[in-house]
Amino acid sequence: MSTVAETRIKLTPEHDARPGASVRSRLQDLLPKIVLAPSFAATIVFVYGFILWTIYLSFTNSKTFPSYAVTGARAYQRLWRWTFESDPPSSWYTSITNMGIFGFLYILICLALGLFLAILLDQKIRGEGMLRPIYLYPMALSFIVTGVAWKWFLDPGLGLEQTLHQWGWTSFHFDWIKNKDFVIYTVVIAGVWQASGFVMAMFLAGLRGIDGEIMKAAQIDGASTFQLYRRIVIPLLRPVFLSAFIVLAHLAIKSYDLVVALTSGGPGGSAWLPSNFMYEFTFKRNEMAVGSASAVIMLMTITAIIVPYLYSELREKSR
Amino acid sequence: MSAVASPASQAASGARARTINRIVIYGLLGLFAIFYLMPLFVMLVTSFKTMDEIQNGNMLSLPHEPTFAPWIKAWSEVCSGLTCVGMKGYFWNSIKMVVPAVLISTLLGALNGYVLTKWRFRGHTLVFAMMLFACFIPFQSVLLPMATILGSLGRFGVTLQNATGFNFGLGNSTVNLVFVHVVYGLGFTTLFFRNYYEAFPTELVKAAQVDGASFFQIFRRIMLPNSLPIIVVTVIYQFTNIWNDFLFASAYAGSGDVMPMTVALNNVVNTSTGVVEYNVNMAAAMIAALPTLIVYVVAGRYFVRGLMAGAVKG
Repeated sequence: MSTVAETRIKLTPEHDARPGASVRSRLQDLLPKIVLAPSFAATIVFVYGFILWTIYLSFTNSKTFPSYAVTGARAYQRLWRWTFESDPPSSWYTSITNMGIFGFLYILICLALGLFLAILLDQKIRGEGMLRPIYLYPMALSFIVTGVAWKWFLDPGLGLEQTLHQWGWTSFHFDWIKNKDFVIYTVVIAGVWQASGFVMAMFLAGLRGIDGEIMKAAQIDGASTFQLYRRIVIPLLRPVFLSAFIVLAHLAIKSYDLVVALTSGGPGGSAWLPSNFMYEFTFKRNEMAVGSASAVIMLMTITAIIVPYLYSELREKSR
Repeated sequence: MSAVASPASQAASGARARTINRIVIYGLLGLFAIFYLMPLFVMLVTSFKTMDEIQNGNMLSLPHEPTFAPWIKAWSEVCSGLTCVGMKGYFWNSIKMVVPAVLISTLLGALNGYVLTKWRFRGHTLVFAMMLFACFIPFQSVLLPMATILGSLGRFGVTLQNATGFNFGLGNSTVNLVFVHVVYGLGFTTLFFRNYYEAFPTELVKAAQVDGASFFQIFRRIMLPNSLPIIVVTVIYQFTNIWNDFLFASAYAGSGDVMPMTVALNNVVNTSTGVVEYNVNMAAAMIAALPTLIVYVVAGRYFVRGLMAGAVKG
């Protein structure tokens, strides 16, 4: 692509004749790189440099303040030990089991609900223009607002339980948000509420992109609606599944605010995710090395998901 | 309907099945609409109720005597920790942080996208990939080094202040947060503009070059005037993201009068001195939610497009 700049110089030779012009045209050639350089440098330093710095810290015995004497993989050893410390559960054990439960249910329900709603909305619905924004608006809210709203809604003394009692269903009992074994499921509920509409929008865009001729042909062949979706439409939506999965997976691993706002960490830290673990250990418990090690593990998990995806996406494009 | 199998009744039962089908579909869609609207509805009605009505009434009922008092209290009196000055100061903190951060990151994203598509060099894919990956990292993995750097810059700012009487913004929380959001938003803004400019006809750029237009002239005269849709997407995406951020805000401006809106809201809700005033809390939450909700209502279509671009394929 550098030919572009060369053509320009060849086409305007009079510029080269003047003294200093070659410097100027050289500068013109360099200009794009100069413009890009600050952003790229910032990325190198503040993303990759800082990641290396965090990795480095995880191999020290930093407590309240960073210490730069390498002391080996002690932080990782502790995390490893805590990984199997289930009775009573260590905070790390709770965090990663919660991550498993939350990640699995959040992604699965968002995908299922998103697809379901998209298929329903794709049945030539009157009022689609009104329904779509209703499903989608939660994505515009901050997790803190979502957390505050759901905290109120799920509070046994104020919200849903109280309301149903007033309506006469006095045996109704729903105190998950105060129950250390179930509090993580309330995070799933609020998380799904927030993101499923967006997944719906992705699937809807995918459905609208499917060639109508294929559908018609299948209908003429006598396929039922159910078969049509199972055999033809859903397989065609595979790229959307992948994109939605990537977005949801990285949202799930990054989730932090929602746990804080909805549960304040839950009874005894029972709603923690690794992100909360990292924050608490780094800034509140003065275990900086352990906090850094947990951040590194989070990063590796995301990397394992994202890098193959980005690689295939970018390679596909440049082809 | 009797069980006579005449073609007419078959058609009728087919129509009936279709009607039932439609009812089920609309019913389900309606139920889900209620599910999505419920928390917002509860938040909104609660924010207009008196405490008395909240304790004795039904969560879902409309306020009997709607009152603006909770909103007024949330805006100018509510306590966050021990300071009781309302949300207004924190609201402006967020505005002061969001506006420059959005403008700078959008402009840089546009320039980067322009270079990465129209002025390609060897290794441009690698540069882009490296910037793109930065979108996905958990910010926990950069949180601590950034805190250290911002801390030293702050101390340097104090030295400068003593030496020159001016600290050049070093150590200022708002400046810090703008910087952090610009740096970690660059990946997204670059992605948006790159994907958009990728489809922009390169011939136009080449023709302008032949006519002797410079790098910046082409950007200003040709690229920018044609970028309105993607500018809208980027601005909305960045605005929502930065406004809603909690992690950076709580790590770098987590206390005092420099807190942005999200941190202040979390503090207000968790302030447990005296009676918890749910109506005021809900009003505060609504105030925090309104800017992004308004943006979403006004330009929701673009918001979706921005989110979808997060999945790389636009």
